[in-house]
Amino acid sequence: MKLVSLSRAMFLGFVRDRAALIFSILLPVLFLLFFGSIYKNSNTPKIDLIAVGQVNLIQQAQAHGGPQLSKILTVTHDRSLSAALASVRKGNADGLVQQEGNQLVLRYSVADQTKASIVQQVVSSIVQVANEAGHPATYRLTSSQVEDKTLKPIQYVTPGLLGWALASGAAFGAGITLVSWRENKLLRRLRLAPVGTAQVVTARIGISVVVGLIQMAVFLAIAVTPYFGLKLTSAWWMAIPLVVCGILAFMSIGLFVGAVAKTQQAASSIVNLIILPMAFLGGAFLPLDFAPNWVRDASYAMPLRYLVVGMQDVMARGEGPSAALPAIGILLGFAAIVTLISVRVFRWDDA
Amino acid sequence: MVRSTASETAAISVRDLRKRYGDVEAVAGVSFDVQPGEFFGILGPNGAGKTTTLEIVEGLRKPDSGQVSVLGMAAWPRNPGLLPRIGVQLQASSFFERLTAREQLRTFASLYSVSARRADEMLGTVGLTEAAGTPTEKLSGGQAQRLSIACALVHDPELLFLDEPTGSLDPAARRNLWDLLRQISGEGRTVVLTTHHMDEAESLCDRVAIMDHGQILKAGPPATLVRELDQPLRISVQSGLVPAGEFGGEDDGVSLTIATTDPADVLAGLARRDALAGLRVQGATLEDVFLSLTGREYRA
Repeated sequence: MKLVSLSRAMFLGFVRDRAALIFSILLPVLFLLFFGSIYKNSNTPKIDLIAVGQVNLIQQAQAHGGPQLSKILTVTHDRSLSAALASVRKGNADGLVQQEGNQLVLRYSVADQTKASIVQQVVSSIVQVANEAGHPATYRLTSSQVEDKTLKPIQYVTPGLLGWALASGAAFGAGITLVSWRENKLLRRLRLAPVGTAQVVTARIGISVVVGLIQMAVFLAIAVTPYFGLKLTSAWWMAIPLVVCGILAFMSIGLFVGAVAKTQQAASSIVNLIILPMAFLGGAFLPLDFAPNWVRDASYAMPLRYLVVGMQDVMARGEGPSAALPAIGILLGFAAIVTLISVRVFRWDDA
Repeated sequence: MVRSTASETAAISVRDLRKRYGDVEAVAGVSFDVQPGEFFGILGPNGAGKTTTLEIVEGLRKPDSGQVSVLGMAAWPRNPGLLPRIGVQLQASSFFERLTAREQLRTFASLYSVSARRADEMLGTVGLTEAAGTPTEKLSGGQAQRLSIACALVHDPELLFLDEPTGSLDPAARRNLWDLLRQISGEGRTVVLTTHHMDEAESLCDRVAIMDHGQILKAGPPATLVRELDQPLRISVQSGLVPAGEFGGEDDGVSLTIATTDPADVLAGLARRDALAGLRVQGATLEDVFLSLTGREYRA
């Protein structure tokens, strides 16, 4: 009963706080709409093709096709089939061609539907033109798609922005509550009431988890609309325990900030100072696949990385439920360590 | 309420309490008892050590040395058996954010396993029924104080602590709150109040302890403390009714003021001359007591 009424008091305090609602739900959703829409139309029709080994036909076509062909087609050469395949799978190239005698083999990625169809059209028209030109031999084309390992923008934008929203929501929630309750002496008042610290903390965690799950539901509801087209893969539900553990980890950051900061302004500046760089370095704003190496290296030190990449794995990459377990372990460990430190520096009042 | 005898257990018993912050000895050897049902005031200027003393008694701070017994129990370390029996009003702003007055009080009630119905009754007791739906941030200073007192009283504690309850209120709201505090004390509850308003202590408290520089200078019923000063009374009447020289007074053109240790004689004399228009009789106050104890003017 004490727990219920404490939770209720905190929840009402949250939903009646416009600024908190805007920053924890509305702003991230606007970011999602914004990023989701720009990346949607960012595809250029120009395609990258890898020629593996000697591909005479393509070389001829390039020689004769002139500037018109090179406007839409960039050809690079590679000796290794496996390296070229990996490139196509990751979406670094749109397709690869091999030639064995009269047989032309095209492998392409369907990560981007538009480019997939362009690459097929271009290569088949090169073959057709060659055949109609009456070459001694008739070329045959076989095409097949490679297993798609790339993520569409919405697939990394959603977990990234959701991770950022959850992280800042949980850290602000815990940090600001702690500082403002110390400032207005509610913390001391609660200490003089027959209610345990555990109940107060449990209520606060409960509210942060509920708010986090609402953020998640809103995000997913928007991202799966046909306009954005996020397709959740089978183990997506595993993102729920992952999100809960992520909230605990970021609440522990908030707890630490709340323990050391003296004023609410200081607390919110410190939280921003921690969460914003982490959002960039942890892959929340920029997908790590496209990030420079030093960012990728630095990301391993960011708890946000494990939340974001973990969500990508189970929600978008189609990995099994167990793919989220290492991330869950790391987030819980982080939460435990930071909470312990916070408890040591915690003060009931300013004096 | 029958005043308890010395043999009964005191509601609060404090012996030689000391607390030092760095170089400052905030509480320097304080001892006092509060009897059950008593309205006890700790009075003194800001920085006298009132609040630190109260915080130690409430169990919020650990004293460097000395004994504290509250309702027969130790206050430190935090004693969950004691907490439901005491009520503490800290500040008018110690509330959950963005709750209405009713929600606020119901939340506090549930922390003490008290029903919402009882919380709503308490809202009526402190005169806030009409402001029940108002967010606490929008309450007036007086209303917020009443609510914070209601939050301290909702579980019907035997012992109530009030720390500067009328701190920032205007005079009308202060008087209003005094009535409420008298009513609370009249229910037989023990009340401990800190204040830097001498008139407040004089008007409300059965007994006061005057503190300065971490020590209790004197304790006793306000009237006794004042009487012990044996200061002359100041009797004043409208100017020009009798010649100033007749009673050894001074006439400033507005009032004739006579200082005397024999008021009966002076008043009888004035009455005989039918010169009682605008009569005022002023005795010494606790401020005079403070002045005589410390040799300096009282400044809150």
